Amino acid sequence: MNQILLPLLLLTPFVAGFLCWVVDHISWRLPRYIALAGMTVCLLIVIALYQTSSSVAMPSMGAGELPVWSHEFTLNWIPQFGITFHLAIDGLSLIMLGLTSLLGILAVACSWQEIQKNVGFFHLNLLWSLAGVIGVFMAMDLFLFFFFWEMMLVPIYFLIALWGHKGSTGKSRVYAATKFFIFTQVSGLIMLVGILALVIFNFAQTGVMSFSYEHLLATTQLPYGAEYAIMLCFFIGFAVKLPIVPFHGWLPDAHAQAPTAGSVDLAGILIKTAAYGLIRFVLPLFPNASMEFAPIAIALGTIGIFYGAWLAFMQTDIKRLLAYTSISHMGFVVIGVYTGTALSLQGVTIQMVAHGLSSAALFIMAGQVYERLHTRDLTQMGGLWGEMRYLPAFMMFFCAALLGIPGTGNFIGEFLILLGAFDLHPVAVILALISLVFAGLYSLIVIHRMSYGKTPEQHKGLRDFNARELSMMSILVAGLLWIGLYPAPLLNQTEQLMQWTEQTYRPAPLQMELENKPMLTLGPSS
Amino acid sequence: MNLLYLTALFPLLGFVILAIGRDRFSDLAASSIAIAAMALAFGASVLQSMDFLSNPLSSEGASQIQILWQWIDTADLNVEFSLLLDGLSLTLINVITGVGLLIHIFASFYMKGEEGVARFFSYLNLFVCFMLLLVLGDNLMLLYLGWEGVGICSYLLIGFYYKDRDNSVAAIKAFTVTRIGDVFLAIGLFMLYVTFDTLSISEILALHRENPDLLTSSSTWASLTALMILGGAMGKSAQLPLHTWLADAMAGPTPVSALIHAATMVTAGVYLIARMNPIFISSPEVMHLVGVVGAVSLLVAGLAACTQTDIKRILAYSTMSQIGYMFLALGAGAWDAAIFHLMSHAFFKALLFLSAGAIIVSLHHEQDVFKMGGLWKKLPFVYACFLVGGGALAALPWITIGFYSKESILFGAYAANQPGLFYAGVFGALLTSFYTLRMIWLTFHGPAKTHSDKLSGWRYVLPLGILLVLSTALGALIHPPLAGYLPQSASSLIMAMDAEHGKHLKHISEIIAIVAGLLGLAIGFVLYVVNGGKWLTKIKTSRFGAKAYAFLYSGLGFDALFDRIFVRPFMWVGRLLQKDPIDRSYGLVSGLAFGAGQLMRQGQHGRLRGNVSFMVIGLIAMLILAILSL
Repeated sequence: MNQILLPLLLLTPFVAGFLCWVVDHISWRLPRYIALAGMTVCLLIVIALYQTSSSVAMPSMGAGELPVWSHEFTLNWIPQFGITFHLAIDGLSLIMLGLTSLLGILAVACSWQEIQKNVGFFHLNLLWSLAGVIGVFMAMDLFLFFFFWEMMLVPIYFLIALWGHKGSTGKSRVYAATKFFIFTQVSGLIMLVGILALVIFNFAQTGVMSFSYEHLLATTQLPYGAEYAIMLCFFIGFAVKLPIVPFHGWLPDAHAQAPTAGSVDLAGILIKTAAYGLIRFVLPLFPNASMEFAPIAIALGTIGIFYGAWLAFMQTDIKRLLAYTSISHMGFVVIGVYTGTALSLQGVTIQMVAHGLSSAALFIMAGQVYERLHTRDLTQMGGLWGEMRYLPAFMMFFCAALLGIPGTGNFIGEFLILLGAFDLHPVAVILALISLVFAGLYSLIVIHRMSYGKTPEQHKGLRDFNARELSMMSILVAGLLWIGLYPAPLLNQTEQLMQWTEQTYRPAPLQMELENKPMLTLGPSS
Repeated sequence: MNLLYLTALFPLLGFVILAIGRDRFSDLAASSIAIAAMALAFGASVLQSMDFLSNPLSSEGASQIQILWQWIDTADLNVEFSLLLDGLSLTLINVITGVGLLIHIFASFYMKGEEGVARFFSYLNLFVCFMLLLVLGDNLMLLYLGWEGVGICSYLLIGFYYKDRDNSVAAIKAFTVTRIGDVFLAIGLFMLYVTFDTLSISEILALHRENPDLLTSSSTWASLTALMILGGAMGKSAQLPLHTWLADAMAGPTPVSALIHAATMVTAGVYLIARMNPIFISSPEVMHLVGVVGAVSLLVAGLAACTQTDIKRILAYSTMSQIGYMFLALGAGAWDAAIFHLMSHAFFKALLFLSAGAIIVSLHHEQDVFKMGGLWKKLPFVYACFLVGGGALAALPWITIGFYSKESILFGAYAANQPGLFYAGVFGALLTSFYTLRMIWLTFHGPAKTHSDKLSGWRYVLPLGILLVLSTALGALIHPPLAGYLPQSASSLIMAMDAEHGKHLKHISEIIAIVAGLLGLAIGFVLYVVNGGKWLTKIKTSRFGAKAYAFLYSGLGFDALFDRIFVRPFMWVGRLLQKDPIDRSYGLVSGLAFGAGQLMRQGQHGRLRGNVSFMVIGLIAMLILAILSL
């Protein structure tokens, strides 16, 4: 039973998406229910995975040992090239899968009224993209990983190009979709080069052709220059996706023009795959080169924090503003990843989940505001405090989460990242802390423009939340508060992996090891 | 018995109920729920305090820790959601819930008939919850939760009247300036964690007591740590130079000004420094700086208060100035005097703000003291409140609580041999009694300039009445149980060593301060009562006088200065980046490709002559290449 849970999780959204498309001809309402059911099944499978994995005692892993999976599934695929259909998960994957299914449900729910044309094909794209993401979080074969990596992007192109909005800057949705496609395809290509180079180097050394993550992890010993070059290929692949400044250009356009579900998918889930990739692949596979590269990455992350924050503050289109805040927050993730202490990596996990929930919430709210006011321009809004009971209050809560008020998950994430990094990179941490002042400004300017002042005549007497919207937003509030006040269940899931990653990435010069093991290499000092 | 968590839980429940119910509640129901939550919190806090004080160990500095749950436990970080009760936090929770309860009751009078009463009370309850977590948190991370939480509540309440965007600007300003302080505090927390490997306050202080070298092995590190904590305290407590937000924060409803911007939140910085006192004692320069910050703030704010025309702004500047006294006391090592003044200030400043609120209600939201006058006949009860509250603010000898608390500060500074701090405090006393007399005279005496309504109702009389009693010398009978929890001040050490000498010093400091206070009253009396403000008008109309007056009125020009050095550069960079120049640079790539494409298209014109000539040129080029490569 446990064996098939993983392929089942992968297949469910595929099949559900396909069904959505097929039944569109029968009734255009039906696809919504099928999609909702499909994503709910995914969430249930993830819960089942959680329950079966928590009973498995996790042995602690030392550096040099291989990671331990709680569930695995293997099929031969292309044995000639050592490509296997290898799915496996551990705590980190499990958390990301849970986030994906939850936000998947919400993405379906928030399109309930927004999407009125080609409903079936819309849900096909949405669910296939989610299936790609689910695959990314489970694939432990680099070829398979790349396959899913590409698969999650193509449907997004259609979501933006076919159901998108006109941009505030006068650019068409096709422009945004094309820009998104070019950025991600070029970066994907660079990553593919990296994957192939890694496999070929490994083949030359070991004589075994394999794309298996475990095999590469155990046997790869690259010469320094090659390690650095391949690491850079991977880094660029992930950096465009995360995005790290200066590779961020596609994000604001894509967000501004995507339909709400597309934005939820992008901000909540898709950009988390990049952070996941950095932790899962870049740090363990290329520890030395990553360490060498860390100052540059952290500098880019810090620049990104301020660049994103500054631009967010200056935006008037609410979705562009939110897109730039994502860029700013991903800077924290970069700092956390490249610091690579267990504490900061744990912070990154929390930050990913919390940012996933809060940015999804804010994009959904932006969609709800747009449905009512028919504008995304903040300067056209005003006085919502007096107009509605729920919407401004929820907006306030999520903006408070965005600026990292303690008690919300975002605070825990940022706090752990920065606390874990303070010792090693004090300057970056202090700058990141200063950016919290900026975070206050860009979050509160939204409230200032939207909820304060006089209400324009045409915005009076608008409908407040209905039950669907209220329950969606309440789930997100509950999630953020839960992570903010009791993050232990999440932290426990990834504790071992992050300890292992720290030991792999920055091996401590342990006295015990030095005494027990003969020295393999002689340092220049001895 | 452990009711400690209940004190914070009741206001939280009040918030949750009000936040869910919102405008479904009638105004009366909403305010009753909020008041009930506060009454229960106060009850729990009093019961818990009595239980704690009846424990014989409590006189020796024992403390109680209640662990609620494990907040974070990962890698090397272990954070518990735990509450710490000792003499210091006990004093503060009783002030917060007690004064908070009275202000809630008054608020139900003040907010009657306004829009969004339930929203207002939900914020107020949430604020109290965060404030209690701030002072009860045993873990610095929990303290930080309360610290930021009260900040966001303060933001929400300053901007409560949402129809005017200026209120939102004031609220954002308050949040942003205090958040600058929070950044310092966060750095301080990180430094403490790096030093002690824990964030628990009780553990940090115990480790520091056992092994001071952990922190002080590098004196710069110790000083920097203390400095960062001081930065956090300065932001929250509106001390120079992070003080500019407080006067604008008066945009909120008056009960908010009383609760948040006078009695509780703004004194959080004083609490923080008192709580972390061993860290400050380990770095004497920073501790001295605390006193200097307080002294400068109290003088600057006192001067600004002398020229304000809005009654709430006068009170706001006087709050800054009184917190300046508390910082001065902390810097002089008079820890208990600082906390005593915190308590007495909570009483009399809440009284003054609520009385001002009563006046504002009676005058239909007129706040300019120059448009008031003659109110003593119309509102005799409020007049009595103002006299007692103003008397306590000006530290009228023997009959007001303010006298006792301010004297203990000045005596503490005098005994600690800090003449600079002492005389700053004395000059501040002169300013205080001057602007207090000015405020009372302009508001209550002279001809009436605005129509005033009569006020009635127990919800207005009861809170004012209780605070009025607490602001007299009777209030000074409440002794905060601080002995054993804070280090002894220089004054009490001298008293203990040589009572005769101590009394002698005390008398000298008292006499100097009383004379200064009376002098301030006399100047005010001559200028406003005898002369009727004619000389002042003359000065104001002279060229130099007008400039000086405008300078003082603007709060000594700090806003303009910060606008120059922070706001404008921020906006300048913002405009520079607005169009995302990094993204634009990618336009070069696509532009290049597009341009090249255009260029190549020129060749595709389909004219035979052109095509043939290109072919020939190409052939020749290939031939030349072939020959060259031979």
